[in-house]
Amino acid sequence: MFHICLLMFSPQNYPLYIRSVPSQNELKFHYTVHTSLDVVEEKVSAVGKSLADQRELYLGLLYPTEDYKVYGYVTNSKVKFVIVVDSSNTSLRDNEIRSMFRKLHNSFTDVMCNPFYNPGDPIQSKAFNGIVSGMMVQTG
Amino acid sequence: MESLTLSDVEQKYYSELFVYCDTDNTKKVASNGRVLDLFRAAQLPSEVVLQITELCGATRLGHFGRSQFYIALKLIAIAQSGLPLRVESLNSVKDLPLPRFVVGKNEAEARHAALYQDADSQGLYPAPGTALIPRPPGRGHQNKKGPPSSTSLPAHEVIQPLAPSIEAQPEPTSPVISPHQSPPTSPHSWRKHKRQHSGGNADRQQVVAAAGAVWTQFREPQTGPVTGDGMWSSHSPPPPLPPSQESWVSFTADTPPSSTLPAMHPSSVQESTTIRTVASAATTNEIQRQSSGYDDPWKITDEQRQYYINQFKTIQPDLTGLIPGSAAKEFFTKSKLPILELSHIWELSDFDKDGALTLDEFCAAFHLVVARKNGYDLPEKLPESLMPKLIDLDDSAEVPEPAAEVGYSASPVEVTPNKSPSMPSLNQAWPEMNQSNEDTAIVHPVPIRMTPSKIHMQEMELKRTGSDHNHPTSPLLAKPPELSEETKLPPSMKFVAANTVGDGYSSSDSFTSDQEPITRQRSQSGASPEALKVVAPPPPPPRPQQSHSRSSSLDMNRTFAAPAAPGQPQPSAIAFPPAVPPRPLPTQSSVPLTGHRVEAEGVPAGGAVLTTTSPQQIPQQPNFADFSQFQAFAASEQPSSLPDIDKHSEAGQADKISEGAGPLRAVKSDGPADERTSATVNSAKGSSGPLAPPPKPVRRRLKSEDELRPEDEQIGPQKAGAIAAPLTSQPSIPRSIGKDKKAIQASIRRNKETNTVLARLNSELQQQLKDLLEERISLEVQLEQLRPFSHL
Repeated sequence: MFHICLLMFSPQNYPLYIRSVPSQNELKFHYTVHTSLDVVEEKVSAVGKSLADQRELYLGLLYPTEDYKVYGYVTNSKVKFVIVVDSSNTSLRDNEIRSMFRKLHNSFTDVMCNPFYNPGDPIQSKAFNGIVSGMMVQTG
Repeated sequence: MESLTLSDVEQKYYSELFVYCDTDNTKKVASNGRVLDLFRAAQLPSEVVLQITELCGATRLGHFGRSQFYIALKLIAIAQSGLPLRVESLNSVKDLPLPRFVVGKNEAEARHAALYQDADSQGLYPAPGTALIPRPPGRGHQNKKGPPSSTSLPAHEVIQPLAPSIEAQPEPTSPVISPHQSPPTSPHSWRKHKRQHSGGNADRQQVVAAAGAVWTQFREPQTGPVTGDGMWSSHSPPPPLPPSQESWVSFTADTPPSSTLPAMHPSSVQESTTIRTVASAATTNEIQRQSSGYDDPWKITDEQRQYYINQFKTIQPDLTGLIPGSAAKEFFTKSKLPILELSHIWELSDFDKDGALTLDEFCAAFHLVVARKNGYDLPEKLPESLMPKLIDLDDSAEVPEPAAEVGYSASPVEVTPNKSPSMPSLNQAWPEMNQSNEDTAIVHPVPIRMTPSKIHMQEMELKRTGSDHNHPTSPLLAKPPELSEETKLPPSMKFVAANTVGDGYSSSDSFTSDQEPITRQRSQSGASPEALKVVAPPPPPPRPQQSHSRSSSLDMNRTFAAPAAPGQPQPSAIAFPPAVPPRPLPTQSSVPLTGHRVEAEGVPAGGAVLTTTSPQQIPQQPNFADFSQFQAFAASEQPSSLPDIDKHSEAGQADKISEGAGPLRAVKSDGPADERTSATVNSAKGSSGPLAPPPKPVRRRLKSEDELRPEDEQIGPQKAGAIAAPLTSQPSIPRSIGKDKKAIQASIRRNKETNTVLARLNSELQQQLKDLLEERISLEVQLEQLRPFSHL
């Protein structure tokens, strides 16, 4: 079974949303993602103009037993999306990852449009959850 | 406890209720959820319920024993019938209807009906009519239903312990309100209900669950219309009137709806239930409610909608405007729902995800809030009935409208890109093209019929007439307006291939403007070879003004009459077809001379509406060159006639071409061929003439080549015609020379114009050019054969 994890971080780098398909390895995912955050920050600060860092591939993060690919995405407001997939999921192409990020971004935008949502709050939107679940099921 | 005497019916009813409530089966019912739910279902004010509880002794005992329960039920019935709660009345009241409990289940009703059919039919059945009558406006609906209702209705009625008085009584607490009812009704029910929820949401949930169970068993006391059996079970929520009633009231600072809503509620509930059972000719809403089953509860009644609209106005006076998110947030926060739920409601109701609420979205959100306050769980996705597609405020559930609107919006879009060869489409496309020249023109070379249909021709005519006046340039234009126009037509037709061309041409001189329509047509046609060929008959229509469409030959004869030497017979006889159609027709005999023109004509595909002037100029130039040659030689008639002939032939060719070719290709092919032929002819002439001439032919060749492209794109034939026309019209050589200059100047101007147009049509022209080259080759061959004749 494919593992896939999605995390969203606010501009202040605290998590807004965490979701992973196999819930057991969440901790590991979290660790992976947090370490990747550093790289994301690096890229974000480095890239002056292009703010939308479509993806970054971390093949470097290979665990002894499992390899993970970590993809990053940053929105204009410095909200960071990180997707972690295990390398066994080789069917996941870059384009798919990009489309996933795009969908996530759109869903996130919809969440932001909700006046009841305060930016910085953890995202508890059912619609958002639904979309994320759908995506994970699709890729998983 | 006071002794209690119950009738058989009552006994049976009460025992059933007790059994239902006695979940623990301990023969005594504590104040558990079911009891509470039951009492709530009775739709009595909370104070009354408390009073009843106290009276029956449950307060004293702390629980409901069977006797207490029965007493309570009886007191409920008494209260529902409007009698004061007295212990004495327990036994004194005669013919007390059974306590009514709102249940939202048709099945329950049915069961009730069945149950009561025999038992109390007489007493109950009469109720139907009467029961309905006293109902409040909401009941009115019921009334409506009443008549058409089938037996189920009576059962329905039966369910409600029927005395009309009773019915009238709980006006505010209409029994009708079934929990399943669409949330909108719930507010009503709340209001009426005044039930204090004993617990908060917990109770509500309990009650909900209990109610669900109750309904299945609870057949008898079913009174109100059960909106949806299924609803109840599926909609676990809410007891008809959750406690939030008060909150509902407080939620809306102005609670106008209270009275109306409740009224509506029962009625709507009744309606829905009736419908379901009766399947009568209910209103669409009802039917929808029924059919949508699950959506029933989400239907917004008219009263509710009106209330929502009023609320909307308090925030946003303009009903077609939007409520910003912040304002909506404040408003809905007043409902005291948790932010999370409000957030969810927002997500459901903000259909277009714009952070603002339209009237429909607002109504949907409000409805959901009401439902939630009533205890209904929020759906995962927006129910159909709440989708903000309804524009019509009168109808709260018009699904078709939005669909229709969407359809309408889509249709125009579809129309635009679809440029079918038919005239109507062309006509359609025209305005569209005008609007989106750039886009449509370049993007699609839709194979539109090249042949200028009559309509187009007429349009072109009109335009031409208009443009004629506009066209300030060259005398040439003025001169053979006929010819030019004619030639224009064909070329314009050819050029129609590119819409943009047409559009772009409008700015050109009159000729071009004339050609525009034609070119537009062409462009629409996409200049497809096939289309071009289909057009075949050159643009006769445009010419009509000119007084000779195909009879251009007559003009030719006229114009060339003087110089017209015999040589013309053939090709020239054809007269200049108005816009010389693009090369196409090799059959037209590309009489080589007109090669130049022909090419120009042929080019039209490019759409260049390029001004007729340019094509005209081009041929003119060669002609001029010819003339100059002849002038230098003081050529005899022949030499002069040669050019004339050339002109004529060219013109003729142009005509022919235009005639035969409506398609650009034809013209183009002819064009090149003609050009070559003309070039050859010119060269021949040149050679024959003094030295002076030779350079001219050479020049002309170059020019023609240069111009060929533009001409190709433009209206080659037109040019040819135009040029030929002036040339022919001016038999004298000197004039031709003078005109030469003017023509050259004009042609320069036009060329520039056409260049701009050509730039757009480049791609199309390339293709056409290829075709033309092929034709050219064939034409050259023919020219070779015809040469001897042309030299005559």
